Amino acid sequence: MASPARGNHVWVGSETGILKGVNLQKKQATNYKMGEMSLNRQEAVTAMCWGDSYESEIFVGCLDGSVRLFSTEKGKFIESRDCLGGEGPFCGLAVLDGSLITCVESGLLKVWRDSSSENVETQVGPGVCRMRQNSKQPHHVATGGKENCLKIWDLHQPQAPIFRAKNVRHDWLDLRVRIWDRDLEFLPGSEKIVTCTGHHQVRLYDPSCPQRRPVLEVTFGEYPLTALSLTSDANAAVVGSSRGDVAVIDLRQGRLVKCLKGFAGSVRAIQCHPTLPVVASCGLDRFLRLHNLHSKCLEHKVYLKSRLNCLLLTSREKWESKGLEPSTDLQDEVKEEEEEEDDEIWNSMEVVTPKRKVDPDLGSRAGSEKPPKDRTFKKQKMRKAKS
Amino acid sequence: MAGGSEGGRQSQGRPDGEETSEVVRGEKAHGNPAEPSQAVFPPSFSVSEIKNKQRRHFMFLRWKQQQKKEKLALKKKRKKEREALGDKAPPKPEPKTIENQRVYDETTVDPNDEEVTLDEATDEFAPYFNRQTVPKILITTSDRPRGRTVRFCEQLSTCIPNSHVYYRRGLALKKIIPQCISRDFTDLIVINEDRKIPNGLVLSHLPEGPTAHFRMSSVRLRKEIKRKGKNPTEHQPEIILNNFTTRLGHSIGRMLASLFPHDPQFVGRQVATFHNQRDYIFFRFHRYIFKNEKKVAIQELGPRFTLKLRSLQKGTFDSKFGEYEWIHKVLSLNKALQSLIYC
Repeated sequence: MASPARGNHVWVGSETGILKGVNLQKKQATNYKMGEMSLNRQEAVTAMCWGDSYESEIFVGCLDGSVRLFSTEKGKFIESRDCLGGEGPFCGLAVLDGSLITCVESGLLKVWRDSSSENVETQVGPGVCRMRQNSKQPHHVATGGKENCLKIWDLHQPQAPIFRAKNVRHDWLDLRVRIWDRDLEFLPGSEKIVTCTGHHQVRLYDPSCPQRRPVLEVTFGEYPLTALSLTSDANAAVVGSSRGDVAVIDLRQGRLVKCLKGFAGSVRAIQCHPTLPVVASCGLDRFLRLHNLHSKCLEHKVYLKSRLNCLLLTSREKWESKGLEPSTDLQDEVKEEEEEEDDEIWNSMEVVTPKRKVDPDLGSRAGSEKPPKDRTFKKQKMRKAKS
Repeated sequence: MAGGSEGGRQSQGRPDGEETSEVVRGEKAHGNPAEPSQAVFPPSFSVSEIKNKQRRHFMFLRWKQQQKKEKLALKKKRKKEREALGDKAPPKPEPKTIENQRVYDETTVDPNDEEVTLDEATDEFAPYFNRQTVPKILITTSDRPRGRTVRFCEQLSTCIPNSHVYYRRGLALKKIIPQCISRDFTDLIVINEDRKIPNGLVLSHLPEGPTAHFRMSSVRLRKEIKRKGKNPTEHQPEIILNNFTTRLGHSIGRMLASLFPHDPQFVGRQVATFHNQRDYIFFRFHRYIFKNEKKVAIQELGPRFTLKLRSLQKGTFDSKFGEYEWIHKVLSLNKALQSLIYC
């Protein structure tokens, strides 16, 4: 039913035009390319996005202006279409109600409907570096670039942006501060948006408040920040620089929390897992790296032979499962049963007389990866009752 | 020195009293130089405990000799065993060297790898290797070079055919590069100088990069080389690249190769070598001659220098906004020795 491609954890787009699927559990990397053509730098992958919420399809934007649809179920490219218009490589892809949104460097933002007459086109200004979609409100997209400050667009009313950021005040020499937003991301659950710039700043904008200037600005290092991703709790952002310095920056206090090590070259893409404390990054040094955000340690390092441009990390939580086979469901059931058994143990514990030192033991045994909240609560309650 | 000899006697006397306790502890003799025929020392005795300097020196020499003897005897014994076993002798253990102790680098290029070969076939050096461009090199220095650097540039330009030395005139590199491109230069070499000693080399491939930054050391000019040959001729030299095996090594090797024109003129019998060993690149320039069918003689022409890669940057020189493909980051010494980058 499912091809082995479904089990891949990370998808990486390379400069040589190859889409690479990496299975970290099996330590395997597979190359996928369109047709039998030889490699061509004109087909370099410049942007990628998931085709649907089940992550069964990937849209791959190439340098030559074509967008390919890759099916992870079948493990091959199933469709290719030309999304010409504007100049320069794609700086962002997104999907809205089954139709594709593209944005190119010259500033043409376009929604590709089924019939060409319904296409929505907007000019967002030249020098765009990145376009991203709001995951909670998919018709909102944000753009930013070189001398092109952050703008948020509502694709239902594409005539004017719904939010246009204002440049920060002049510096202490009363000179204009240059704009260069390299990457941006929406904070889930709020209207805020975080950007990183080529002048090593991380900025937080809040469209809901009247201030159009950033509400928070942090600087990190001395080199351009090239990629950014929000951690799972959206309280911190992971930023990477052109020199291979990667740091986690707290967005509430504007403080450097920690740095991740092991990078040899410029970071082109970073993505955090939506729930697990894992961050994947790739770049010009041809390595895909997975760090643990809590312990900062490097968990996986994969050499992928070409310079890597962009990356998609699966949002699956169970990395061990080899795909969407029925066995995964079974595993789920088994786990649930175990939990129930644990509960039974706890229930039976209630009659135990106080001051027996059994419970820490049992507690550690029952301490599986992530116990649900109510159960821990129950535990605490019981401990209280005993003492 | 009477006082010294006295102390020595004392020291010899003192451990005697402790002898029993030492034996009870069962410690083994550690570095004991004394032979059994001489005065019995406690088992834990070491030469450094002797306080008389002359005596200590004498004992130490004796101990050294003994060690040597033992070593030789062991060697002889082993040799005998090997000879006795004849063909069945186990293979000799390989000596440990830094090269063979390093961890295998997974980026080592496999010549059959389709992806890497295609990647290389379309990279920035492809026009040179497809013989579409002829190298034309501009050599310049940091601003206001002093004698040694100037001479080094001149000598370097005699090694590299079709290279032109220009005075820097305080120009910014970012302004030089567009001018170079418009004049069809394919490479730019900038030699940096610190306190009259050349210490850095920036090698930028034009028009699209990449840019490599090397640290340069042990520069020897022609005059400083012993038994050097006569000045090199105008012939195009051959080029030898040794040990550039990893992916980064390949990029650097291709970059260095693209400085020299294709089709060497074998009449000149000149050869430029870039030898990589433990991440240091050694440059030598030789003239060779075939003495007879088996023997070949070489003669160094100079200059010679050593390079070590600091960073490889994508695109032409831009130290502020450029994206680095590889940058040297300080590792602990142990780790650095294990993880060499090119060989």
